[in-house]
Amino acid sequence: MLEYRIDRHSGVATYVQIVQQTKQALRLGHLEPGDKLPTAREVVEATAINPNTVLKAYRELEREGLVEARRGLGTFVRRGLGAAPADSPLNAELDGWTAKARAAGLDRDDVAALFTAVLDKHFAPQFPERTAATQHSQGEPS
Amino acid sequence: MTDTALEAAALGKRFGRLRRSAGWALRDCSFALPAGRVCAVVGPNGAGKSTLLALAAGLTAPTEGSLTVLGGPAGQARARVGFVAQDKPLYPQLTVAETLRMGGDLNPGRWDARAAERIAAGGDLDPKARIRALSGGQRTRVALALALGKRPELLLLDEPMADLDPLARHELMGVLMSQAAQHGTTIVMSSHVVAELEDSCDHLLLIGGGRVRLAGDIDALLETHARVSAAADTDLAPHTVVESRTTGRQLSALIRPAAPLPADWRTGTPSLEELVLSYLRNPEAKAAGAPAKSPEESVA
Repeated sequence: MLEYRIDRHSGVATYVQIVQQTKQALRLGHLEPGDKLPTAREVVEATAINPNTVLKAYRELEREGLVEARRGLGTFVRRGLGAAPADSPLNAELDGWTAKARAAGLDRDDVAALFTAVLDKHFAPQFPERTAATQHSQGEPS
Repeated sequence: MTDTALEAAALGKRFGRLRRSAGWALRDCSFALPAGRVCAVVGPNGAGKSTLLALAAGLTAPTEGSLTVLGGPAGQARARVGFVAQDKPLYPQLTVAETLRMGGDLNPGRWDARAAERIAAGGDLDPKARIRALSGGQRTRVALALALGKRPELLLLDEPMADLDPLARHELMGVLMSQAAQHGTTIVMSSHVVAELEDSCDHLLLIGGGRVRLAGDIDALLETHARVSAAADTDLAPHTVVESRTTGRQLSALIRPAAPLPADWRTGTPSLEELVLSYLRNPEAKAAGAPAKSPEESVA
């Protein structure tokens, strides 16, 4: 069962955190089609967040076609996300590359900066998920 | 069941009649709280939060105006309302088990013994312990067990978390949220610590100086306000300014935009705490309500 971890100080809206963590679990294959998401009641009992926040996140996931609500039964995963489950060759390659970068003396921030730069080169700089997080960011105006 | 759990119209409460003008704990309060919401009643000490909750519980009568609770006058729906006062009144000579049995006897047809016992058991309470021997936090737990065991449609909690350690606070807030998720219970809880309620509540009632300063859906309130920074000589009109400060060449303000904002201003969404503090620091700022309107708002 997926457990959400809510970070109150991340500046990312709580429902966006739930959406992101669900997508992360789908990407890594921790959640597969047919799996049931925890009920709103289970999530709020564990996290003490407002039930409507969970429902809002689930509606967003449903709108994106990732999950479906079945009346009286719960919310179920409809399809996985991405092509990079935790055991894929791509994962192994990235793992090997990261080990090499570390051996070459790069620290965590160096690797993150490099990786982000390459990401931005190959993909449109803002994908929907990021936009959602940015819009609801509560940091300094920038 | 009605759509509106609480509705105040020009509600006022005055304590003592000797001094003129002084003694108003609440004045001109108008707001509506839809059923099924979890509402934070926030305000500084002495703002009138406890008075409002006591009025809603029907323990005291308004001096002027009206307060409708679950569709009827406050006090009439008492069987469907749970209220935990700030001092958590319980009978000190009873044991925990006796207190819960009393809850069952006093609420025939409504009492959920299992729910009440589960909440009490969460704190490793000895059922045979007397209330007077309990710590403040344990007493809070018993008071909440009593209120939730009643399966209320409306739950009024005055500073419910003040006596609790962080672990118990998180656990009991989880219990409250689970109650709201499962039964659609409307919960109204007061605190002067905004951060304590931020993630659990979806509706805000900000009270300052006995008046409603902000009322409405929290997301909607945050969306209708903006934090902006611009050059110091910027004219903020026609936007409603809640608070503004100039530091050197920089102007920072919290505003309610009346029109799209100029592209050269840097803008951001305020956090709930920033919003609340800005209103409290500026008592002259116009009250804002979404969707429930306060009288100031409808005149504006």
